[in-house]
Amino acid sequence: MAKTEIKLTVNGEEVAGTVEPRTLLIHFLREQLNLTGAHIGCETSHCGACTVDLNGKSVKSCTVFAVQADGGELLTVEGLAQGGELHPLQAAFAEDHGLQCGFCTPGMLIRAQRLLRENPDPSEAEIRWGISGNLCRCTGYQNIVKAIRNAAQVMRQKEAAE
Amino acid sequence: MIPANFEYHRPGSVDEAVSLLTEHGEDGRVLAGGHSLIPMMKLRLAEPAHLIDLNGVEGLRSIAEVEGAIHIGAMTTQAEIIASDDLAARCPILREAAELIADPQVRACGTIGGNVANGDPGNDMPAVMMALDASFVLRGPGGERSLAAREFYEGPFETARDDDEILTALRIPARGAGQGQAYCKLKRKVGDYAIAAAAVVLTMDGGTCSQAAVALTNLGITPLYAEAASAALTGTAVDAAAIEAAVEAAVAITDPAADLHGPVVYRRRMAGVMTRRAIETARARATGG
Repeated sequence: MAKTEIKLTVNGEEVAGTVEPRTLLIHFLREQLNLTGAHIGCETSHCGACTVDLNGKSVKSCTVFAVQADGGELLTVEGLAQGGELHPLQAAFAEDHGLQCGFCTPGMLIRAQRLLRENPDPSEAEIRWGISGNLCRCTGYQNIVKAIRNAAQVMRQKEAAE
Repeated sequence: MIPANFEYHRPGSVDEAVSLLTEHGEDGRVLAGGHSLIPMMKLRLAEPAHLIDLNGVEGLRSIAEVEGAIHIGAMTTQAEIIASDDLAARCPILREAAELIADPQVRACGTIGGNVANGDPGNDMPAVMMALDASFVLRGPGGERSLAAREFYEGPFETARDDDEILTALRIPARGAGQGQAYCKLKRKVGDYAIAAAAVVLTMDGGTCSQAAVALTNLGITPLYAEAASAALTGTAVDAAAIEAAVEAAVAITDPAADLHGPVVYRRRMAGVMTRRAIETARARATGG
């Protein structure tokens, strides 16, 4: 089957690659771009470990073909930290013990950043609703929700100060 | 899990998509949100040789009011359905049902057209469309036709859509005064298909129900329009006796399979509970209660 050239922006950088039509976005990221932050979990679009941000939406990259991302703008967990400084969400997850094994964390972080862009001051219920497509088998979610709330507060304060 | 190989097409217009589908016949499949089809392809339960991605097609992503009716483009996502306050005001059952489908990431991709066209009896929107008496617009090589949602479903993953047709839009009649709508779905957790679910749309005129429609999700090999249950409510005050008769008539047409959530008797019992709740909720909403 003919391979296709794709070009997209990943974490602010232009990248190009050659993929089969059947290549899933998660495999393109991990195997061709060596961006292994997004994880392969259930492979059936349930667990959210492969979540990335494509064209301003949270998507499960195990259920999108790489060719569909052609020309798109992608943000992965690798693009969250800026200038050597952790993103407020990353800092809050560390501070609040928002992870144990860490497998779900990249998906949680990238989903949470989209949630906070859409709703900078979510209630606890809105956070739980917002991350309902991301499964964590360690934490019981309590500290993840807490971390997102605290990060939201930090981000709002930063925004107000600017 | 890697799907079988295929040739990828990204048409820019409905006409182009239809001619690709006509050209490739049984070997072609259209891709909408992909969250049913891509998992099926990974499991090799679907192996289309040609995948025709509708995400680049102009004009399929829209919500509009046309002479009181609501026209929704087939590629409108569930997230867009939920986000539209105008739609929630005009036809609140759509947001209510969409919020019960899958999770945020899946709703960001999953489309209303895919949900109704796939023919999966577990999908939620087909019963909602049946209760609303919506129709589906299909475009094929011979032009356009419109089919009632209630006539669309023929078997599991089998619909009245021809292989060379694309579902382009859904049309929902205007909501008259006194109409109440409700979708009640029982599921264990986010992302589950319904153990049982019921959609009810009814109109109260004075103290009498002038029109009622009941439809059921995941309780048979197709979504089910519960004609006798609908008739049992029409012309009544939707009192306890009428509700009892409607629930009984709805449960009578269910034929669910036992699954990991429980045996057949449980799922049928829950069909009755969901039907009752949906009728009571729709009646309360119809009368402003």
